[in-house]
Amino acid sequence: MISKIGFAAASSVAWLNARLNSRLTARKTVLVVACGAALVGTAQSTLAAGKTFVYCSEGSPSTFNPQMGTDGPTFNASSRTIYNRLVDFEKGGTRILPSLAESWSVSKDGKQYTFKLRKDVDFQTTDAFKPNRKFNADDVVFTFQRMLKKDHPFHKINGGVYEYFTSMGMDELIEDVKKVDPYTVQFVLRRSETPFLANMAMDFASILSAEYGTVLTKNNTPERIDTEPVGTGPFVFRKYDKDNQIRFHAHPTYFGGKQAIDNLVFSITPDPNVRYQKLKRGECHLIAEPPLTDLQAMRADGALQVLEQGGLNVGYLAMNVQKAPFNNVKVRKAINYALNRKSYLDAIYQGHASLAKNPIPPTMWSYNKSTSDYEYNPEKAKQLLKEAGVATGFSTKLWAMPVSRPYNPNGKKMAEMMQADLKKVGVQVEIVTYDWPTYLDKARKGEHEMLLMGWTGDNGDPDNFMNVLLGCNAVEGGSNYSRWCQKSYDSLISAARTTVDVKKRTEFYTKAQTIFKDEAPWVTLAHAKVFRAMRKEVTGYKMSPFGTDSFVGVDLKK
Amino acid sequence: MTSSSSVGSNFTSQSLSDVVVEAIDVPSAWREFWESLRANRGALLGLAVVLAFVVIALLAPWLAPYDPSQVHEGAFKLPPVWQDGGQWAYVLGTDDVGRDLLSRLIHGARISMGVGFMVVIFSMSIGVAIGLLAGYAGGWVDALIMRLTDVMLSLPSILLAIVVVTVLGQSLANAIVAVGVLVVPNFIRLVRASVLAERNKQYVIASRSLGSSHWRQAVVNILPNCMAPVIVQATLGFSDGILNVAALGFLGLGAKPPTAEWGTMLSDGRAYIESASWLVTLPGLCILIVVLGFNLLGDGLRDALDPRLKR
Amino acid sequence: MLAFLFKRIFVVVPTLVGVSLVAFALIRLIPGDPVLLLIGERGASPEVYQEMKAAYGLDQPLPVQYGRFMLGAATGDLGKSIHSGRGVMEEFQDRFPATLELGLVALMFAILFGLPMGIIAAVKRNSIFDYSFMSVSLIGYSMPIFWWGLILILFFSVQLGWTPVSGRIDIAYDIPTWSGFLLVDVWRAGEGWPAFVSAFQHLILPAIALGTIPLAAIARMTRSSMLEVLGEDYMRTARAKGVSRLGVIVVHGLRNALVPVITVIGLLAGQIVTGAVLTETIFSWPGIGRWLVASVTARDYPVVQGGILLIASSVILINVGVDLAYAWANPKMRMQ
Repeated sequence: MISKIGFAAASSVAWLNARLNSRLTARKTVLVVACGAALVGTAQSTLAAGKTFVYCSEGSPSTFNPQMGTDGPTFNASSRTIYNRLVDFEKGGTRILPSLAESWSVSKDGKQYTFKLRKDVDFQTTDAFKPNRKFNADDVVFTFQRMLKKDHPFHKINGGVYEYFTSMGMDELIEDVKKVDPYTVQFVLRRSETPFLANMAMDFASILSAEYGTVLTKNNTPERIDTEPVGTGPFVFRKYDKDNQIRFHAHPTYFGGKQAIDNLVFSITPDPNVRYQKLKRGECHLIAEPPLTDLQAMRADGALQVLEQGGLNVGYLAMNVQKAPFNNVKVRKAINYALNRKSYLDAIYQGHASLAKNPIPPTMWSYNKSTSDYEYNPEKAKQLLKEAGVATGFSTKLWAMPVSRPYNPNGKKMAEMMQADLKKVGVQVEIVTYDWPTYLDKARKGEHEMLLMGWTGDNGDPDNFMNVLLGCNAVEGGSNYSRWCQKSYDSLISAARTTVDVKKRTEFYTKAQTIFKDEAPWVTLAHAKVFRAMRKEVTGYKMSPFGTDSFVGVDLKK
Repeated sequence: MTSSSSVGSNFTSQSLSDVVVEAIDVPSAWREFWESLRANRGALLGLAVVLAFVVIALLAPWLAPYDPSQVHEGAFKLPPVWQDGGQWAYVLGTDDVGRDLLSRLIHGARISMGVGFMVVIFSMSIGVAIGLLAGYAGGWVDALIMRLTDVMLSLPSILLAIVVVTVLGQSLANAIVAVGVLVVPNFIRLVRASVLAERNKQYVIASRSLGSSHWRQAVVNILPNCMAPVIVQATLGFSDGILNVAALGFLGLGAKPPTAEWGTMLSDGRAYIESASWLVTLPGLCILIVVLGFNLLGDGLRDALDPRLKR
Repeated sequence: MLAFLFKRIFVVVPTLVGVSLVAFALIRLIPGDPVLLLIGERGASPEVYQEMKAAYGLDQPLPVQYGRFMLGAATGDLGKSIHSGRGVMEEFQDRFPATLELGLVALMFAILFGLPMGIIAAVKRNSIFDYSFMSVSLIGYSMPIFWWGLILILFFSVQLGWTPVSGRIDIAYDIPTWSGFLLVDVWRAGEGWPAFVSAFQHLILPAIALGTIPLAAIARMTRSSMLEVLGEDYMRTARAKGVSRLGVIVVHGLRNALVPVITVIGLLAGQIVTGAVLTETIFSWPGIGRWLVASVTARDYPVVQGGILLIASSVILINVGVDLAYAWANPKMRMQ
């Protein structure tokens, strides 16, 4: 009740103040007073400091449970606002920091992770739920058992598909989650896997309240656990108007301290041009994915600021090494030399990307600066083709992705440019495309010759690129689109996967990148930049390399 | 918009379904029709607009100052001549990649007229055949066909078109099919109603007693006398077709980008609604004018062909 | 009358079955399934893929899937959205009021302006009013509304700054949902006029865009129907009896002329609900049109088939209502 009145009365933003003052009539004050003298102080003080922050997001969340989501809008509205995880990524980076776990230890064989939990963490109070206890090990066990155990009472609730958890292989990796004492949990793994810790910072590992689950079960409404969320995070879910707006208010007893903004509103605005117009008119403070065509105008606008960051992504051309002539490394190298990749940066990414030479982006640790890139050199390409015994060239198919992704905004146009480049060295290319799901399905089965593809990282670990996209086991899983399985490379990344020491891992990955470059299963294309635009008065916002938006520490200056 | 156009079509079929077009002496009917049309200034204006666009469409390569997909380096988003910074070289300005807007609009006329024509031919040929069958055969055939048209008409039209295009794959041809499918039920109902009215006329009964075949009865005797409302519907179908295909283009499901289709151009220009508003206003204006022309002509034809509305 | 009613309802059932079959089949004809989309670039082993399909019941043979859909639909359960995991019915109910509010205001706008325009045009036949109103309605009738919407935004939002860019109400207002119609809920929330005005400002441009073609249709229909009535004998008689000109028009003319107009309005009401797709896309209006289009893209089978069935049912229902009203007013119809 406090929060509600405080919220209604305190819905004020700097730019709305004038309008608001006239609206907050005497009647409302009476209402506040009527709710009890004790509350008046609270309500009025919130009113004085009342700040509403409006974020224009690009899409609707599919659910408010990050365990079940896969997309940015879902994570922004749930894991980044309502929830916390055992460990978290540093703000604006990929380093792993303590969060709900204060510390952790790994057993010698790398199969047991023990987390010491933070004490005195409050769950949020909402209209539907008032917590009677603090956060403890039961909540962690509840959270993971729900995804892990098919017979868990909550497993089947709202679908029973935990797509991210499953596709990261967590269901096979985790053998059990155990409560050691109220503030200690232990994860038992089936094999040693170092990126596990980074996975614990990912959205799907957000911690739910076991007590809330019990209450809902008692009320016979277990499905509400995903639609009326309760977490430990900085903002409390208030309501969701479908496809329109999501409202949150600051969690008053958040363990990281109450946030400076009192109310957080997501205004769902799928059209990027409309988002920009709203930003200009002050209808929002920060917009996701501003329209690239207007970046210049935004930078010139004194009331706005544009942020950019190298994204955690890579766009590439995969050559199917199981099909001739791409089984010949010389042909793969020739293709690398034949393509004028720099020209694509301007035409396709409009300059909002950097040239890629390694499979991982330069912001990631273990990035190998010393690998030598293939320059644009059609003569050398012809020479290599001659050496490969296809001096007269050959005909092949190039698959162009039908959707726009940050790592490749226009697959068809890029395919056309590649077609022209390859023609110069005698390679006749036919461009093929399918609708997106079909494209993915056929590519997964390896029906392609050359394929435009890309990847956006999940957890900032090199394994998430080097193993997921190029490991031998990923050939069958389908995400190794070159279907390239090279022993020395694979043993390096497997070793890195089970090693805890970062220095050693760096060494392994650096070496692996040299092998990758030499074997050329891909033509590495670009690392696209990610943009945000906001009003000048916004402070404390930092872009995340994962492309999600978090509002911890964000404020509006007068 | 689609709602509206199907509303429009509903209307026509409703008011025309009970129209009885008498079998009359052809030459005098033709003269009467032309007199009536000529007296209607709106219809003449519509006819003029339509003819003008037909000419533009046919002569597009000669009328357009440039090739519609030719990129003029350094001439990005130039405004039309009447605005500051406009150049006579590009009368209506250029788009975001430096293509001449006038040339694109002229070639767009070609596409839109073609689209309208294809939609009408597609939907009319199928609709007339099925409508004739339903009206002439009667019985369970008729009942089945009528239920099918009920189903078609109660499906949300633009959504249906979106789904059909997604099933077939995005292209202009598939957009035409998707839009054409939407209009088919209108033709079916129209023709069926006319056939039902004609079936028991004296001349049909006389012909039957003389032993003419079903085929001859249906196609030679009855069909020509049902064509008046079909012609009106076809004219209005043109505007529906152009509008709906443009709408699909606007939703990104019509012609593929380099094609100079008005709806697609509008959708591309949307990003520049503030900085280069002519990229939005001009293609839309073209759509409006063509559709207006066909609607004026259609109204005039209806007045001329529908004896009930004559005063 | 009752017989007529039964006859109409008897026809509705097979139509609805047909609609469900078409909706069910069409969405499945689109290449690619929802699970593939969920998996994305990451890929998945064949076992995981099959497992996920099974979780959504998509591993069953098509007749079984259709049977389940129909059995559910008969009991009012349209299944669960693959995207959100929530019931299709719930999701529909959450979004339908926004579409309905927009549609009703658009229709009110159309009637408010279309009816007087038609009447004046008919009464002052061949005057400047007649010509200008009929020209306006003809232009309105030919309007590509996706363009019209953009022009309205360009002029009123971008250049004049009179109306907000998108949304349903100013962010400062936190209105609890009651009826789902913001124009109503603001009063219940005790926010009063300022909130009402804000909601109205957000609503007005999309309503004009959506209402333009109905306006034109109503104006034209009213005019022709009015002209017909004005020529009738009883009008002349009434006039001869000394009733004032205005009195004749309002009492005798309007009442009779309105019958066909109401029919048209009924037909429009059915179509407006389905026609909001473009308007909602342009104005980022959070209604069912936008939701369904997004669901087609996401291959959310239960939403698409259920949503289409719900919309079709409401259109059919309105049409039956219109038919009944017409039959009630015009006994000749009942004989058909």
